[in-house]
Amino acid sequence: MLGRLLPVFHVLGGMLMFFSITYLMPIAASLITGDGTWDDFVDAMAITFGFGVALWGVTQRHKRELKARDGFLLVTFAWILMAAIATLPLMLAIDGLSFTDAFFETMSGLSTTGATVLTGLENLPPAINLWRHELNWLGGMGIIVLAVAILPLLGVGGMQLYKAETTGVNKESKLTARIGDTAKALWATYFFITVACILSLKVVGMNWLDAICHAFAAMGLGGFSTYDASVGHFDSPAIEFVLIVFMMLAALNFATHFLAWRQGSLRVYWHDMEVRGVFTLVGGSTLICSVYLWWQGTYPDFLTCLRHAAFNLVSIATDCGFASQDYDKWPIFVPLWMLFLSCITASSGSTGGGIKMIRTLILARQAQVELKRLIHPQVVAPVRVGETVVSQQIAGAVLGFIFLYILTVGELTFFLLASGLDFTSSITAIVACINNAGPGLNVVGPAQNYQSLTDFQTWVCSAAMLIGRLEVMTVFVLITPAFWKK
Amino acid sequence: MNIVILGAGQVGASVAEALASEANDITVVDQNREALAAVADRLDVRTLAGNAAYPSVLKEAGIGDADMLIAVTQSDQTNLVACKIARNLFSVTTRIARLRSPDFLNDDLLSNENFAVDYAICPEQEITEYIVKLIQFPEALQVLEFACGVVTLVGVRANPGGLLVGKPIRAMRDHLPAQVDARIAAIFREHQAVEPDGDTVIEPGDEVFLLAATSHIKTVLRELRRMQEPVRRVMIAGGGNIGSRVAAALGKKYDVKLIERDRAKAEIVANRLPDTLVLHGEATDENLLAQENIDEVDMFLALTNDDEDNIMSASLAKRLGCGRVLALINRRAYADMVQGGPIDIGLSPAQVSIGTLLTHVRRGDVAKVHSLRRGATEALELVAHGDRATSKVVGRRIDELPHIKGAHIAAIVRRGPEPEMVKHGNFVIDEYVEHVIMAHHDVVIESDDHVIVFCTRKRQVGEIERLFQVSAGYI
Repeated sequence: MLGRLLPVFHVLGGMLMFFSITYLMPIAASLITGDGTWDDFVDAMAITFGFGVALWGVTQRHKRELKARDGFLLVTFAWILMAAIATLPLMLAIDGLSFTDAFFETMSGLSTTGATVLTGLENLPPAINLWRHELNWLGGMGIIVLAVAILPLLGVGGMQLYKAETTGVNKESKLTARIGDTAKALWATYFFITVACILSLKVVGMNWLDAICHAFAAMGLGGFSTYDASVGHFDSPAIEFVLIVFMMLAALNFATHFLAWRQGSLRVYWHDMEVRGVFTLVGGSTLICSVYLWWQGTYPDFLTCLRHAAFNLVSIATDCGFASQDYDKWPIFVPLWMLFLSCITASSGSTGGGIKMIRTLILARQAQVELKRLIHPQVVAPVRVGETVVSQQIAGAVLGFIFLYILTVGELTFFLLASGLDFTSSITAIVACINNAGPGLNVVGPAQNYQSLTDFQTWVCSAAMLIGRLEVMTVFVLITPAFWKK
Repeated sequence: MNIVILGAGQVGASVAEALASEANDITVVDQNREALAAVADRLDVRTLAGNAAYPSVLKEAGIGDADMLIAVTQSDQTNLVACKIARNLFSVTTRIARLRSPDFLNDDLLSNENFAVDYAICPEQEITEYIVKLIQFPEALQVLEFACGVVTLVGVRANPGGLLVGKPIRAMRDHLPAQVDARIAAIFREHQAVEPDGDTVIEPGDEVFLLAATSHIKTVLRELRRMQEPVRRVMIAGGGNIGSRVAAALGKKYDVKLIERDRAKAEIVANRLPDTLVLHGEATDENLLAQENIDEVDMFLALTNDDEDNIMSASLAKRLGCGRVLALINRRAYADMVQGGPIDIGLSPAQVSIGTLLTHVRRGDVAKVHSLRRGATEALELVAHGDRATSKVVGRRIDELPHIKGAHIAAIVRRGPEPEMVKHGNFVIDEYVEHVIMAHHDVVIESDDHVIVFCTRKRQVGEIERLFQVSAGYI
């Protein structure tokens, strides 16, 4: 077992050295704003780098090409280790923050969940807020994909890592011949859309720090905010509109954005069944929910209903997690429907979480085929999403995934129930965490946060976020006995 | 003419058969010795075993002296390479290739600089188009087009509901609208051709071939049959090359079910055709047919490679209540035997598909050759050239032409002298319009007329072609 782990630790050491670079941004922010936290970040950077070098050096003798299954190990460990080490600046700068809460916060950041245990966000040092949002942004496209893009990865076949970290069903497909170039293309696309988002937010009235932070959170579909009231703090339809646009963009496959940009044509979007699915689902739901809120008299006029339903629904459905209203107070149908959408809306290869639109489409088609088979017992009908035929193997894998996903949601909900949390809070907390959406309902609702949870409950939620971000399988394969057999 | 044919499969053998009877020297090349032996037994041709893509094999086949290469092997690649070699190394004048994949049908790719294919043919595609036309005219046994679709010839079985049935042909004029003209070109009674004239009485059960402008066909058909409901539900047996092409062509417009016996093949077809319901099973399994509501199906098409299977499944489908059944039958003896029995239409693929090929081979200006009733009669479309001095037909009235027994002119397609206003959607465009002139004894043939001739005796085909050839003086 150690023989299996040591080469992985070697790469992990390299990964940590790489990760230490990411402290540079908050250090710069601290120096510019003069909030005095720069030395905390420098300490954290030194510790991270030192730890990385040590790990790298000690395991130098065990350097070897990683095998396919080592990818799962490396990615899971890397995510846990990076979340753990990213707590350093938070713990150094914020007095009385426990490791449990700090780890929840960084895991929530990296996994793009956006749930927080901190209050008084507007009073935090700007560098700390930027650090939280940078974690959102890095976690969105995937820190390991970034490593694959920038480092000729430490002498490792990047495909395994890429497969273990990216989302969706067709992980073999590459945009370019080399995996490194594919990762670069995705990150470049991500980077440019983020820049566009920052500028748009600045134009509609945010200051630079807020614009950068919220753009990071929107593009990563993380949902951290620099205010306790989240986007509700601004109370600006323009800001909400800009964020809706960029959240929708981030909920689509970045490979599609890249292809559209390279071919200079919007037709790519039209031919992508996921894009159609996302827009139909979100558009239809927004309309229904706004009419429902209007009918229930939640807000006096329809336009207000539309505005609030649109922003909060898009935010939760795409697994971002911003809130502009305390939608926990809305008639229960709407927030529960939003949480249901959070399970299925985001596209594969987007920065959102959950089951993903492609799996929803595949399962819907599979169900259609089964119904057809009842009428025509000898039919040969492929599972078809748009023009593409999905192989039985993939359809089977999707079924397996969904089963594990639902099982995980159920199990973790029971953990929370057993620990004494009420039912609504338990299930919505788990759904929101495993989908990386953010706020749940009731005690973990948009106007509250996860601070009221006990340490045990916090750890359960942290686990849910990790499992959700790595799409269940990557984590669960590690606990199968077969994985550890020689 | 010296002709080298590559491929001794169904297409190659039929082409060889059609051409061997017309005083050509033919060499057939194939890798399969058994197929070659079968051809050599039946026909007076030379055969050679070997890979048709090799220059040495082609040379041995005598391609150096050949006037024409007909590459109809199963493999597109072999056919392309053979055409290229024939032109570059042996300067063969005419090269015809069978190309199944539409990917290759690119003028630049087939030009003399590249693969040097003069004419590309795709038998499967022609059979598909033929079957699709039969579905559009559910009353018809055969639907054939001339002059680029201006004129259509329909073969139908007369039934007692038709207006003309039981009456002499000249009575047709009485109930056709004034602007509609039609010609009864041939009648087959109990497998025998009957020479039609104005006094011939049409009897129920006769196979009648009607020629009319394409736009008038539906009206004219009422003369011979009660109109049928248009076809909506189609069932196809066999997901092979032809079956899947037909299913693809019918696409969304019809409700198509396709039965394929081979699981893997069924999956490939299902993957390719989103609008077709693909079933895995035997088309001769009456339980499967019943379960899929064969009695509600308007048209059943048996399109497998196996004659016996096609006959059995089509007969079964008919017995279980299917409206109309068609079977693909390669052996002409079988086709003659079953058509008119339990099976409405027995289709001989070779006769359908080699028509186009033969137009390239025939001398003179043959624009189209169609076989009626699986080769018993040929319908030729010839283009007349020259003037009264250089041509034996131009400038003469039809009754002035030499009488050839078993052959008669049915119609003439002539381009109007002046452009006419034609409505295309919302636009009105001046263009030349093709007029269909039914052949009456006093019609005078002009240069560039497309003349449609029926010929009940194959031996006369050469004579007719010679009649339309322009003498040496014509430039």
